[in-house]
Amino acid sequence: MTHSPETPNTQLRLTINGEVVQLQNVSPSLTLLQYLQQSGRTGTKEGCGDGDCGACTVAIIGEDANGNPCYQAVNSCLIPLGAVAGREVVTVEGLAKDRLHPVQAAMVKTGGSQCGYCTPGFIMSMFAAYYDGKLDDAAVEGNLCRCTGYLPIRRAAQLAISSASGVANETANGAVNDSINGSINGSENADTHTAAIGLLNEFTNCALHGVDHESVDLFNSESDPFRQRLTAVTADLRSISYSTDQQQFYRPTELNHVLALLHQHPDATLVAGATDLGLEMSHHRRAFPVLISLEAVSDLKQIRRTEAGVEIGAAVPLSQIEANLHGVFPSLDEMLHWFAARQVRNRATIGGNIGTASPIGDLPPVLLALDAEVELVSAQGHRVMPLANFFKGYRQTDLQSGELIRAVHISTQITPSATRRFSQSYKVGKRGTDDISIVAAAFTVDLDAADQIVHARLSYGGVAATPVRAVQVEQMLIGQPWSWTTIQQVKPALQAAFTPLTDLRGTADYRRMLIGNLLEKFFVEINESQRINQAVHY
Amino acid sequence: MSGVGKRRSHESAVGHVTGKAVYTDEQRPPHGMLSVYPVLAPHAKARILEIDWTAAHQIPGCVTVLSAADVPGQNDTGVIVQDEPLFPTEISYWGQAVVWVVGETEQAAREAAAKVVVKYEPIEPILSIQAAVQAESFHTQPQVIRRGEPGLALAQAKHTLTGTVEMNGQDHFYLETQTSWVIPDGEGHYQVYASTQHPSETQTIVARVLGVPNNQVVVTCLRMGGGFGGKESQANPFAAVAAVAAHKTGRPVRIKLKRQHDMILTGKRHGFLGQYQVGFTADGQITALDLDLYCDGGWSLDLSPPVLLRAILHVDNAYYIPNLEVRGRIVKTNKASNTAFRGFGGPQGMIVMEDIVDRIARTLEIPPEVIRERNFYHGTGETNTTHYRQEIFDNRIARVWTEAKTKANFAERQAAVAQFNQANPYKKRGIAITPVKFGISFNKVQYNQAGALILVYTDGSIQLNHGGTEMGQGLHTKMLQVAATTLGVKIERFRMMPTSTDKVPNTSATAASSGSDLNGQAVKDACETIKSRLASVAANLLNLAPTALIFADDWIFCATDPSRRVTFTDVVQQAYNERISLSATGYYRTPEIFWDANTNTGKPFYYYAYGTAVSEVEVDGFTGTFKLRQVDIVHDVGESINSLVDRGQIEGGFVQGMGWLTMEELVWDEQGRFRSDAPSTYKIPTISEIPEHFEVHLLERAAQDGVIYGSKAVGEPPLMLAMSVREAIRAAVAAFGQANYVPLAAPATPEATLRAIECVRAHSRVPADSQLTASV
Repeated sequence: MTHSPETPNTQLRLTINGEVVQLQNVSPSLTLLQYLQQSGRTGTKEGCGDGDCGACTVAIIGEDANGNPCYQAVNSCLIPLGAVAGREVVTVEGLAKDRLHPVQAAMVKTGGSQCGYCTPGFIMSMFAAYYDGKLDDAAVEGNLCRCTGYLPIRRAAQLAISSASGVANETANGAVNDSINGSINGSENADTHTAAIGLLNEFTNCALHGVDHESVDLFNSESDPFRQRLTAVTADLRSISYSTDQQQFYRPTELNHVLALLHQHPDATLVAGATDLGLEMSHHRRAFPVLISLEAVSDLKQIRRTEAGVEIGAAVPLSQIEANLHGVFPSLDEMLHWFAARQVRNRATIGGNIGTASPIGDLPPVLLALDAEVELVSAQGHRVMPLANFFKGYRQTDLQSGELIRAVHISTQITPSATRRFSQSYKVGKRGTDDISIVAAAFTVDLDAADQIVHARLSYGGVAATPVRAVQVEQMLIGQPWSWTTIQQVKPALQAAFTPLTDLRGTADYRRMLIGNLLEKFFVEINESQRINQAVHY
Repeated sequence: MSGVGKRRSHESAVGHVTGKAVYTDEQRPPHGMLSVYPVLAPHAKARILEIDWTAAHQIPGCVTVLSAADVPGQNDTGVIVQDEPLFPTEISYWGQAVVWVVGETEQAAREAAAKVVVKYEPIEPILSIQAAVQAESFHTQPQVIRRGEPGLALAQAKHTLTGTVEMNGQDHFYLETQTSWVIPDGEGHYQVYASTQHPSETQTIVARVLGVPNNQVVVTCLRMGGGFGGKESQANPFAAVAAVAAHKTGRPVRIKLKRQHDMILTGKRHGFLGQYQVGFTADGQITALDLDLYCDGGWSLDLSPPVLLRAILHVDNAYYIPNLEVRGRIVKTNKASNTAFRGFGGPQGMIVMEDIVDRIARTLEIPPEVIRERNFYHGTGETNTTHYRQEIFDNRIARVWTEAKTKANFAERQAAVAQFNQANPYKKRGIAITPVKFGISFNKVQYNQAGALILVYTDGSIQLNHGGTEMGQGLHTKMLQVAATTLGVKIERFRMMPTSTDKVPNTSATAASSGSDLNGQAVKDACETIKSRLASVAANLLNLAPTALIFADDWIFCATDPSRRVTFTDVVQQAYNERISLSATGYYRTPEIFWDANTNTGKPFYYYAYGTAVSEVEVDGFTGTFKLRQVDIVHDVGESINSLVDRGQIEGGFVQGMGWLTMEELVWDEQGRFRSDAPSTYKIPTISEIPEHFEVHLLERAAQDGVIYGSKAVGEPPLMLAMSVREAIRAAVAAFGQANYVPLAAPATPEATLRAIECVRAHSRVPADSQLTASV
């Protein structure tokens, strides 16, 4: 690696709604939300301060899976100011200058706001998704609304999307027709797209007192200021070295610079997406004397695919993994779907999820079941170890002082003697979406031509002090037929393998039931989907 | 046009979507405003031995520490009885605020609060209804209601069952936490901005704590970021703390609770325990019910008596029970003081009944919906009269029910569900239909009054004030529609003023679904007064009799010759010139209602709201998780003033009820520490829990006599439609076996549901294992 001669920037500067903001003697760990509110930008709300309600959602211009600029919804309550330095932030106040944005007009039209307190967050999630072209339920699953029951918000999303693209699918038609039927003229319109535009124009204009017409058309065209902004703006991710009286904040661009800083400040705190650390800043108001941001270290932000597998840089956000590796590992796809919500996935990184070593982290069980390896790097060199050996105890890892996770390696090869692999993951929470797991599990089995199990990985979260594999039971499965009887035979041993605890999410007893039941579920679902019933003996 | 009966967006919708709508804590801060932060007790019950705040004062920015000694008036914020010390000497629940620290900034107050040292002597707490009953820890004497001869009827019943039904409470989880600003003017007056559903009560409590007459305190509510009952009495103590701080420092003070503090400090929906014996005939007709209903009041009484009463008055739901005795009692536990929450005890009473109905159905092996139908109130006289002797003069139960069954294709889908269950051993579907009958009016008769104030300016613009508060429910929108329709002017003429006690005094809480009924009539009354004054002026201008005039679209014109007309503004100007008053108050009190608290009989409700919901779910037999597949609702809102707002209330209420009954679990540990104090641990529904198919039908031709423009109250009733989800889950659980009893906890979390499945499998006539493997 070559050392960068780049002179670090000693100031924090960001753009909010097109306005450049220069920060002096402001704590780099002050959250973006706190800063917005302190500076009088009160449109963005704090609903929880924990990144769990989405009321504080803003959009930042980040990079999509192909490296192109895109709007990303993020929880401003979890983002330290330092992490967004050089970036452009759009808040709810920035959308409507003299006319409402289509997502705003649609929310007005469908009754998508009642008390209005969650609304700015919804608007910003919808705004980001509008430019993604993926304005669906998933775009707002990280936004809690206690008033509407979400139905008018769903209608608003459909209306806004219809106005944007002219998609004339059935649900969009329904939403638009529903709005038309209830509107002033009560007319039916065959063309959903035109109808949607008509509906929204009525609102974009009348709502802000008689500005020009064709508001929605504007947002459909090249001259949409927000589309223009995407192409006009490049994030300034230059190296930063910023200090206040009490804090130092570094944002290096090279890995060796990170390692040098770590060597220099052994107690420094590494920060990437800040979705976990941000809680400490937001909720617990902890200040960190030395922060090193991995935001701009390009070596940590690569996904590389080889013959043998994939390498995911530690600082790659989950939403990029979702997009880039879709279809490669079914169990990973599944878990990412249940992993927090869009705002968090846009920021949270794979390295962070592993490094925090929570027993209820969502990715470790999946990665354990895929025999993932972690690559650790320090000024002294680098080493690769199975993830299974990385977790040492409750929130303890094998990471040494001065060392960081560089990447995660996952093999795409199945056992040579096997003809096929089944792999899936499960997450059980009180609420399906955006919840912390009671138990998470991931399973991999490789079967040979005779339906004998030649390789098995059963891994769990939420059942022990660390994410963990049921190694003994895995061994019991080897050489056994892939059958309901086999599953029943190992189930007692599997349930005896761990001594889960009772906590607020679930009792030990329920966790024990899930440990066995999830393997049964895996078996049944695999069989249903593979239709290999004839090969199975019950 | 934008008047009554039109679908119209929320009056603040543009403010909401642009972030420009101002909530209490987002006003321009007055100079020198301070913040407060609490010191929370680490015990559920303890005596406070010593409080030492010397170290707190060393924190830069710490202004002072508030304690009981700083209260100039009474150190109590209780609303029905005075049992709620603002600064306590004894800790009554975990997390209770011991003292509050005042700081130049919230951060300074927070740091100083961490330095306050309190010594406690812990006492064994009471942490459950059962423990309280055992320890005879009660707030009140039993409240008993009796009809017929329940003892005799039970003895003679063909079948009897005994059982218990227990349900958890619910956190309001309004998105905006409790907030107040108190601004002293230096002359002894206090302007309070509070996120409160009951400004007049907040005014009274602040005045009581400050020891000043009510007229020295003005409470203004701009708008709330959600309320749901949680900002009725619960807003008061926080306003009072800020007021004490403002009094002591002479400076403006703000309080905005952190989410975690809000969840720890504030009361929730009451958990209930019902112990019943029910008698019924071979065809499922209920003949008698004997019920003990315990309600967890928490540490102080708060609004628990009327909550319990509403529960008692709603145990019948839609069913005629000829012989009945209900004994209700409020237990005292070491938890936050439970309070109003959408439905106000009604849902808890109804859930007990629906649990019983399902049990009767499975005992007799008759479909639950058939048992429900067989027990509906019907006819006239006794069979259409409630246990508190109110005849249901406008019974629409069967009408709404039948329409829902048809619209939801209930019979067909029930067959499809059975077919699915036949084919799938590991996942089961359930479909259920449940009715709602909900009484409208405050039980407390004197609350059923409202006032309004209208101010017309010489340019024809108007300010509208009324006593109701806006928490998102669309009350202000409806009031504007009522005013515009009554005065025959465009809605844009109005500015809706924040609710303020210096405009309309002695208001009732915006609660009990009554906001639109009560304030609507008061607004209409005020507008009619102005209208009649303007009519005389216009009559002179047009040389017509006042009775010959029509007010519409900003014009006042001759009914028979519309070309003879004059603009509203011209008439206003002329009225001013003629020295005719352009402001008026309006007033309303609900007629006919009465209540005898000695016999627990009367006509407490002006009318009833009705609804029926059909829900279908799929339950996973491995995990106990469920997916809501489809919802169809028919609900009676009378002649809707605003269908967009009304649908919003129905959909939102349903989903809130579904959250309560399926995923929102309040958790305390064995020491009484509240563990579900954040959205990471307390899960309200997200959009992903909402089915694609969710149909709401407003009952047609449903105008309600004697209510504002024929409409009906809609705030609370739809919440109880979510009972259909719980019953659908129960139906799905039942399909895992052949049991005649499906005990399902509330909330039906995945764990609770899996337990119910295990229970059904264990008690089925068909062994569980063979069920499991039979058809793979």
